[in-house]
Amino acid sequence: MGQIRLDGIVKSYGKEVVVKNLDLTVQPGEFLTILGPSGCGKTTTLRMIAGLEEPDQGNIQLGERVVFSRADGVVIPPEARRLGLIFQSYALWPHMTVAKNITLALKEQNISKADIARRLENALEMVQLTGYAGRYPSELSGGQQQRVAVARLIALRPSILLMDEPLSNLDAKLRTEMRASLKRLHRDLEATTVYVTHDQIEALTLSDRVIIMNDGRIMQEGSPYDIYHHPANIFVAEFIGDPGINLFNGTIANGVLDCGAVSIPLPDAIARHGGDLIAGIRPEKMHVSETAKDGWLKARTEILQPTGANTIVEVKVGDTPITLMQPGFMTLPAGTELWLQFDPESLSFFDTDTQENLRNKVG
Amino acid sequence: MAMADSGKPAFWSLQNISYQAYRLKNRPELIIGLLALGFLSFVVLVPLLQIIKDAFTFQSYDLAYNPDGVVGEFTLFHLDRVFNQPISAALFYKPLVNSLKMGFFVTVIALTVGFSLAWLMVRTNVHFKGVFGAMLVFPYMMPSWVMAIAWLSLFKNDRVGGSEGLLTYWTGTQAPDWVAYGLFPIVITLALHYYAYAYLLISGALATVDSELEEAGATSGMGKWKRIRVITMPLLMPAIGSAIVLTFIRILGTFGTPALLGLPVRFFTFSTQIYASINARNQGDAFVLALVLIVLAISFIWINSRIIGVRKSYVTMTGKGFRKHESDLGKLRWPATVFVILFLCMTVALPLILLLWESLTLIPGDYSLSNLTTYFWVGQGNVNLAYGEPGVIHNKGIMGALINSIKLGFAAALFNGVLGLLVGYAVVRGRGKRLSQWLEAIAFAPYIFPSIALGAIYIGMFSTSIGPVPALYGTFTILILITVIKNLPFTSRTGIAAILQIHQSLEEAARVQGIGWFRRMFRIIIPLSMSGVVAGMLLTFITAMRELSLIILLISPGNMVLTGLIFGYQEQDMAQHSSAVTLMLVLIIIIISVIVRVMSRSAGVGRLNTT
Ligand SMILES: Nc1ncnc2c1ncn2[C@@H]1O[C@H](COP(=O)(O)OP(=O)(O)OP(=O)(O)O)[C@@H](O)[C@H]1O
Ligand SMILES: [Mg+2]
Repeated sequence: MGQIRLDGIVKSYGKEVVVKNLDLTVQPGEFLTILGPSGCGKTTTLRMIAGLEEPDQGNIQLGERVVFSRADGVVIPPEARRLGLIFQSYALWPHMTVAKNITLALKEQNISKADIARRLENALEMVQLTGYAGRYPSELSGGQQQRVAVARLIALRPSILLMDEPLSNLDAKLRTEMRASLKRLHRDLEATTVYVTHDQIEALTLSDRVIIMNDGRIMQEGSPYDIYHHPANIFVAEFIGDPGINLFNGTIANGVLDCGAVSIPLPDAIARHGGDLIAGIRPEKMHVSETAKDGWLKARTEILQPTGANTIVEVKVGDTPITLMQPGFMTLPAGTELWLQFDPESLSFFDTDTQENLRNKVG
Repeated sequence: MAMADSGKPAFWSLQNISYQAYRLKNRPELIIGLLALGFLSFVVLVPLLQIIKDAFTFQSYDLAYNPDGVVGEFTLFHLDRVFNQPISAALFYKPLVNSLKMGFFVTVIALTVGFSLAWLMVRTNVHFKGVFGAMLVFPYMMPSWVMAIAWLSLFKNDRVGGSEGLLTYWTGTQAPDWVAYGLFPIVITLALHYYAYAYLLISGALATVDSELEEAGATSGMGKWKRIRVITMPLLMPAIGSAIVLTFIRILGTFGTPALLGLPVRFFTFSTQIYASINARNQGDAFVLALVLIVLAISFIWINSRIIGVRKSYVTMTGKGFRKHESDLGKLRWPATVFVILFLCMTVALPLILLLWESLTLIPGDYSLSNLTTYFWVGQGNVNLAYGEPGVIHNKGIMGALINSIKLGFAAALFNGVLGLLVGYAVVRGRGKRLSQWLEAIAFAPYIFPSIALGAIYIGMFSTSIGPVPALYGTFTILILITVIKNLPFTSRTGIAAILQIHQSLEEAARVQGIGWFRRMFRIIIPLSMSGVVAGMLLTFITAMRELSLIILLISPGNMVLTGLIFGYQEQDMAQHSSAVTLMLVLIIIIISVIVRVMSRSAGVGRLNTT
């Protein structure tokens, strides 16, 4: 098992700097997800760890080994880094059978024939593809191909696992299934894992820790719970959560945040801050009542989107739109009156200028 | 463990040197790229510089004209002789005019014919398209001078002595000189060969234009002719431009036909004049002429790219199937079909029949049935016939040349395949880097050297030893080398296309799994690019076997190949031998090209096109 450590990594293509001074440590055995919008530098970061791209600056350490150091002039090639990588396209070799795909790299090492056969058997069993050894990749479904790619890793038993959107080519149902199998893979191999995705559900369900990246920088790192409940800044708050967080621009006046039609109660620590603020609350955290209540905000429903277990309700308070998420399958006609109240515990507050979460600072 | 500070070390520091060494080691494409660039510079650029230098220095063979000259000194003597002396008319100006006339007329005719045929085949419902498609590219496979030999069988007159052709045999009249020799027959025979290039390029472009925009034009209410003028023609211009440039440069560099049909009446073109100058040991003149030829070719490419636009000027030949969007020829359908059949008879069947017949006549010039013999195929040798030269299968010279030709074809195909693949690998994997661009450019450079000029360059370069490289003149190696280089633009394109098809991640996956470069090449890259590369190699084989212009200056009895032998027989007026050997060469080429067709049809199908 190995730690992964990146220090001051900078990478540019031509004039465009795509990774900007990245520091990152993954603990031995940890499952870390890098999550971010398209083009933010996730794949580039992963490829630098694998050795398929070279940073312009910085150091990379895998376990006790320095595999890249610009300053010390060390560049260990991918062949010698001994890690596992699953590509978005699976990168199965189309001219080789499943068995050949899995064993090609093993034959490179000093492993006995019997051992290779055993590992092949074992790997196919773990991904439930026993009996498929003689097939060619083109004769497999997308999900089966993905499992072959996984089996290829299992057979090699790397202590470090890198995955680049391994589920993005699959349909929704298969994705849920495969998510579980990847989690099992991580557990069985006990490998330090870096998982790249722009799918937040994958990130939240799979990871011990999540890193949110944007424009080549880390925006926040923390447990899935923290990332969801205590977003470090507006970017993370908006990026995580579906439907997205409700944000209100306002000015502090008389201990509340005045946002026009809506006014939001403030804790004392925040109220002392003074000036302008942005408040945020997740759709499922709003208190909702179908009967009038004193001191609650009156809202009118606009659009309802039942998703089965929940219903997404878009309402307006005056001119201010708010998104709600309610349990159950709701069928209210548009224009129905609802009464809303903010849950003070669930509110986040952000500085209008720096976009940073104030709670994280104020305490 | 404490990490060192992450800044960049100074350029000459140990750390940086170590870093750069690591990088080089980790990037096989960089190493291959550098090696390929070095090798190609040595065999392409250095020879060019060498003949430029030779053209401007006083050579020992110049002492015959100017005993006071100092060998090795800078001189304008060659330039002066070629451009500015009474002899210049014969040496330069007449060949220039002749070459340009020949190039112009052949290009115009070949393009008109090629375009018409392409249109008929792609855009109309002419009959027998399948057979025609295979037959129309037949000349493309043949040596360009097969037509010339056939022409002589038909129209040879008593001008140069020896026997006369079929025309005289049948009608008793002599073909006039202008029909038998010189510009007219050269233009006709070359055009009937080179139309195939225009046909291939334009039909490929037509087929793709068809599927793209014309229908859009039709739906927007444009009339047929307007559509052709506004949409089709502009889209075809790049292909037409390429066809013009390709044809013109090849014609400038072609040797066989102008030699066979021009030399008897002292009609010189650049290529035959270069040959004559080399034979007369005036290499300096030949070098200057070769340089002029290269300048002509480059300016031609340049003009074309200025008119049509650099990026679009080379349309690649794709194997895309023709769309079924055809206009009905109506009453003209059968006449058009018959026209194509007649054309094919003239360009394919007639020359082959004439060659066969000629090879079977005992006394040259007598085409009666009673004069038929198999002597020139199976005869043991008879002092009264053809200087005692035995028939094909008993002829050591012919068999030796045959083996040499096949060896040349194999070697060229093999080296071209390997080199093309490596260049493709280095260019594609290094995309975006300057090295990759240089490599691509230099691999393409031989394209601008007309064949005969490249031959002249190689004489200049390899007649003495250079460092560890021994003098290669007269060796078999130099034939392989020049053939490989001349074919490199084509094979490196094939290589680039083949590597482009292999997604980078297939190799990266192997890398990450600890599989080294050689294993990656042999287990992944080569198997996956095989079909395209092998088809390219077989085409190289054919090209190498039929080549004359490129190697005419470099062959000697020690490295004789079939094409050189045929030319020799023809020069000695041994028509039966030259016809028989030509026919044999043609048969070999046909067999291989059938294999190519089958292979390229099966390439790309099967499991390789998934994932
Ligand atoms: N080889 C390259 N040459 C030039 N620019 C590149 C190259 N590879 C990536 N980039 C650029 O670097 C930036 C980051 O790319 P990267 O592939 O790391 O994004 P990503 O976060 O993985 O995005 P996605 O979610 O779409 O896969 C992008 O702006 C991309 O255009
Ligand atoms: Mg990516």
